[in-house]
Amino acid sequence: MSNGSLKERLDKSEYYQKFDAYKEKVLALSNDSLEKTIAVALALCFVCAILVSFAAVALRPLQIENKALDMKKNILEVAGLLDEDTDINQAFSDQIEEKLVDIETGEYIEDMDIASYDQRKAAKDPAQNIVLEKADDIASIKRKAKIAKIYLVKNDDVIKSIILPMHGYGLWSTMYGFLALEADGQTVKSINFYDQAETPGLGGEVVNPNWRALWKGKKVYSESGEVQLGLIKGVVDTTKPGSEYDVDGLAGATLTSLGVSNLVNYWMSEQGFSAYLDKVRIEGEG
Amino acid sequence: MSAVVDTKEIDTKKILTDPLVNNNPITLQVLGICSALAVTSQMSTSLIMAVALTAVTACSSAAISTIRNHIPGSIRIIVQMTIIASLVIVVDQVLKAFVYDISKQLSVFVGLIITNCIVMGRAEAYAMKNPPMASFIDGLGNGAGYSLILIIVAFFRELFGSGKLLGIEIFPLTKDGGWYDPNGLMLLPPSAFFIIGLLIWVFRQWKPEQLEEPDFKIMDISHGEGGHH
Repeated sequence: MSNGSLKERLDKSEYYQKFDAYKEKVLALSNDSLEKTIAVALALCFVCAILVSFAAVALRPLQIENKALDMKKNILEVAGLLDEDTDINQAFSDQIEEKLVDIETGEYIEDMDIASYDQRKAAKDPAQNIVLEKADDIASIKRKAKIAKIYLVKNDDVIKSIILPMHGYGLWSTMYGFLALEADGQTVKSINFYDQAETPGLGGEVVNPNWRALWKGKKVYSESGEVQLGLIKGVVDTTKPGSEYDVDGLAGATLTSLGVSNLVNYWMSEQGFSAYLDKVRIEGEG
Repeated sequence: MSAVVDTKEIDTKKILTDPLVNNNPITLQVLGICSALAVTSQMSTSLIMAVALTAVTACSSAAISTIRNHIPGSIRIIVQMTIIASLVIVVDQVLKAFVYDISKQLSVFVGLIITNCIVMGRAEAYAMKNPPMASFIDGLGNGAGYSLILIIVAFFRELFGSGKLLGIEIFPLTKDGGWYDPNGLMLLPPSAFFIIGLLIWVFRQWKPEQLEEPDFKIMDISHGEGGHH
């Protein structure tokens, strides 16, 4: 067996013999001697470091795959394209088009590698982010990436829906999610949050499908072009004029509700995607 | 705090089953309460947490026990923590690779197994004095004892807090057109305090030998000795 020969070679090696002799010596030392304390600490750190790095490196590909798959699942879900038996990778590559958008100008950016761009990472990179003024920062995100990664669902080159990333602070956590709009850049198709740590059962209900269904058909911008979509306290009276801008607040989660209103408001404003949506509307008409 | 096995023979069954009721780490030793409060709002997260903690306790106890004769007293706790922390990182990585959705929900609490008093408690109280196999079984048993309480607490919290068990609807909620108005308190950590408190009471009524000696006793002065501690 090759193991045997390796062991033989090891046994013969001068360094190994020295190591072995040292090991015997250390093991025979009193537990409380300084030398043994240091030797045990070093040996333990060495073994633990190997264990941890082995696990991290060996499982890394699976974890990346999981993360990517989870993201695609969320995007398909918010686009309304997810069924029980959808093959996520297939459906995503068939129906979703990824685009990079310069948030300030609203222009598409074509000369960057889309697949490797990570908006969350870019938001932390001083070369790619903007630090927000306190007065502008209603979603409490402190800094944002200059370039956003958005997703389009197209049918024969005509945009069907626009999926925009948003994030903002709730009660305990920064909530990350997507807002899917119709091609008019005005009507909400769906919303979801894929990363949040709000109180389960209260603020955590931002992921509840029943609550999220309330968003369908709501309007984002008022007549004057201001962002008016937001959450209200209690239940929306749909007979009242203007109710198309209101969504039921989350019961028992005032601050999470406020956070959701703020982040929608922020990302739909000039700070967010309003420049881009204006462009889409013009292109759609033209 | 824990019974040290004084004979060389290992009574596997006793080591394994004792921590379930007779010497339960949560209800008798009152260890590991912190995560029992945090992760029990749903059954699924509790189950994964229970498995993760059991694995860490068993493996860390076995590892610590293996090198117990060579651990210098002055860095004893650090050595234990290093082993426990490494195992927890491995478990966290495994969860992220194989049950991504649940690891997302457990978030920081897997990492916090490191500070779970049960793991450390078993390492210090049992693994430092007993052989590896017995320590491994002791870890499994204590993990199971923790798991039992976690699952009981999660059962009540998920059922009364969101009308579901393992995500399957049991009581239809009023907001979905059903009849059950969920108890919001059940979803918040303090409710676990009440449930664990009640469980401790139930266990101690059932097994009166678990009742603790009172810290102070009123003594009859005429018999001398006095009540000083």
